[in-house]
Amino acid sequence: MVQLNLPANSKVEKGQYYKDKTGSKNIRKVNVYRWDPSKNENPRLDTYEVDMDNCSSKVLDILNKIKNEIDPSVAYRRSCAHGVCGSCAMNMNGKNGLACTKAHSELDGDIDIYPLPHLKVLKDLIGDLSTLYKQYESVEPWLKTSKVNDKENIQSKNDRAKLDGLYECIMCACCSTSCPSYWWNGEKYLGPAVLLQAYRWIIDSRDEDRKERLKKVADELKLYRCHTILNCTNACPKGLNPAKAIAEIKKMLATA
Amino acid sequence: MSAYKIIDHEYDVVVLGAGGSGLRAAVGLSEAGLKTACVSKVFPTRSHTSAAQGGISAALGNMGEDDWRWHMYDTVKGADWLGDQDSIEYLCKEAPAAVLELEKYGVPFSRTEEGKIYQRPFGGMTKNYGNETVQRTCAAADRTGHAILHTLYGQALKHNTEFFIEYFALDLIMKDGACKGIIAWNLNDGTIHRFRSHTTIIATGGYGKVYYSATSAHTCTGDGNAMALRAGLPLQDMEFVQFHPTGIYGHGTLISEGVRGEGGYLVNSKGERFMERYAPKAKDLASRDVVSRSIAVEINEGRGIGKEQDHVHLHIDHLDPKVIDERLPGISEASKLFANVDVTKEPIPVVPTVHYNMGGIPTNYKAEVLTVNGSEKTVPGLMAIGEAACVSVHGANRLGSNSLIDLVVFGRAAAKRAAELIKPGMKHDEIDKNETDRCLDRFDKLRNSQGSNPTSELRLSMQKTMQSKCAVFRSEKTLKEGVNEIRKPYDGMDSLSVKDKSLIFNTDLVETLEFDNLIRQAITTMDSAYHRKESRGAHAREDFPNRDDENYMQHTLSWCNGSKTKINYRPVHRSTLTNDVQYFPPQERVY
Repeated sequence: MVQLNLPANSKVEKGQYYKDKTGSKNIRKVNVYRWDPSKNENPRLDTYEVDMDNCSSKVLDILNKIKNEIDPSVAYRRSCAHGVCGSCAMNMNGKNGLACTKAHSELDGDIDIYPLPHLKVLKDLIGDLSTLYKQYESVEPWLKTSKVNDKENIQSKNDRAKLDGLYECIMCACCSTSCPSYWWNGEKYLGPAVLLQAYRWIIDSRDEDRKERLKKVADELKLYRCHTILNCTNACPKGLNPAKAIAEIKKMLATA
Repeated sequence: MSAYKIIDHEYDVVVLGAGGSGLRAAVGLSEAGLKTACVSKVFPTRSHTSAAQGGISAALGNMGEDDWRWHMYDTVKGADWLGDQDSIEYLCKEAPAAVLELEKYGVPFSRTEEGKIYQRPFGGMTKNYGNETVQRTCAAADRTGHAILHTLYGQALKHNTEFFIEYFALDLIMKDGACKGIIAWNLNDGTIHRFRSHTTIIATGGYGKVYYSATSAHTCTGDGNAMALRAGLPLQDMEFVQFHPTGIYGHGTLISEGVRGEGGYLVNSKGERFMERYAPKAKDLASRDVVSRSIAVEINEGRGIGKEQDHVHLHIDHLDPKVIDERLPGISEASKLFANVDVTKEPIPVVPTVHYNMGGIPTNYKAEVLTVNGSEKTVPGLMAIGEAACVSVHGANRLGSNSLIDLVVFGRAAAKRAAELIKPGMKHDEIDKNETDRCLDRFDKLRNSQGSNPTSELRLSMQKTMQSKCAVFRSEKTLKEGVNEIRKPYDGMDSLSVKDKSLIFNTDLVETLEFDNLIRQAITTMDSAYHRKESRGAHAREDFPNRDDENYMQHTLSWCNGSKTKINYRPVHRSTLTNDVQYFPPQERVY
């Protein structure tokens, strides 16, 4: 039997333990993945005892509390703090989500916080999303229309409704980084986030490039690496359904 | 500072910031064939434009008669006559074309039955010079900013704009009073970058994070404003901070004015629709400063709701759930997440929350930065747009949905002006080494701080002071205390503690640099507020309850060197841009 192991320098070691200094009776242990590119060290898991009596409801509140009160060196992205910017996507107790909308009361036991899976880690909880952004560019996310007059395009309410569930995507990458196919073929398979975006333009009644757009994604690797595992839909913090968008693209290609 | 590796770049234009205004400028510049770099500390779609909900104003007249002159009147009145009417004319006249352009770019606007862009009522937006409510605010459900931001990013990609993402800008490079570029720190690999440019466009947004409770993102730290201050330039009208009437109680998340536009209303602990008393005509759709003050009075007079009687309720539970689902889905989601409220059954607990900075870098309607040296002068090579700028179209109080239109109208204007000023192939000036050294000295000093005051503590102290001393209502007493107290966190930087010394994604240092930016703006805000002894728009003085046009129809200018400020004034522009519309002389402002 072949034994598969992480390379020695990737093994996550036990890190520092930060004991509570507030004397709180309501303590929660929070384990945070740490890795500093400027040090020649393995990644480690630091543990913080956090006073939950003085902590707001979301996982991001815990991280901010750690950064403000215990250890300012923890690095993570965050911005809007209410689920619209997509910065603070991470893996919490094994599931991807936005730290700013995930209530810690929904997580059992000690809280484990890791970067989004299968990304190159830049530092601590910050993953490298540059491949995904390039893939996003590749679907040409802009309206293609030959109309040049100064009037608006007319779009019926029904046609506009086809964009619901698609245009809301905040590109947090929770879906793509939860997809085993994307883990395996992330360089070539576009992944659920980008395919959902591709479908958003394919299905826009104002766009005149539908055929070309479909042709461009109709590729064994770009599109058909989706094996309907549905981790994407399960992971989406905005309640969107990338798996369905992918299925719609496949259906359009099959019936074209 | 030879220790830092510096990478040099040359561009015709550097746009600093990749929110709505920065991206719109970048698109226009790329279209004009100018070599453009767009530098941002976050990936473009993470910018705070994404949080704008209710819509973007433009007199399209898709849902009843409308006229850009009516829009202009509403904006002048909303601004409490502190806006420059030449700029406001430009904004309102250009607005319809700017929205149609966004639609052509692909923004998924909601639609009317005829398939046109859907428009909803919004605070202060009226028909026929203040008469009845008009539907002027173009919406993509309640995610208009998100839809616009993502669409503009797509356009920038289409035009091959060069992005420098997750680069933190440190300072402007100045020479003989002109801007020659910027210096930025690349968080991805720790390198320092020097961008030389013929024009630098600051589009870094607002600085809401000087307050403890704000709808602003953590990244809203007004970095460009602070860079202007450090370059010896003034900021304008900093005392005018907009409190949005409806931030979720206890959390600060924004609940769009679109909620009231769609029929939502406020009640106090007695179940009274109290806005009827304060604004008999416009009621819940009076302008934001008026509604926020009304809520504050209700709370101060003991008619607040809850154990602490410190908030009011916003009802939409009387609306058809289908309407809520179609037009306000994001609000339902946010209310569930942050107030645990089902909006179809219960009211949302809300409280006035810091939301927008009317003040910023003074500019003319072409987005060129102004300073005053005897008379108004433009600063060569420097422009500002969006919330960072003070054009001034919002004056003392911005109307809801006028910010998104401000972004695209003046983003476009900046690109147009830059294309007029810059000829392809123009040579770049040599830069004095001292400028780079001065910038990196500050960077290095902050990075190697070994003191005892963590950035987070100084920041909290600043935020609490702003929250308590420079709130909805202000007075000589609170402001005087504020002027003293706000300098304490500044002085605290003498013994600053920065634990992380690394250069790659050192977010400890990022937050420290952001604090250094914030505190300068907090000081100018407090001092500007102290010196304005009248009530106008968002600046409400209990000791000077009336507007004083004789002495204060003037923009405040504040320079800041260390913690020392210099306050001066420049007159409001009292003329329009063209003869298409008449100047609106000051009137009493009632809704």
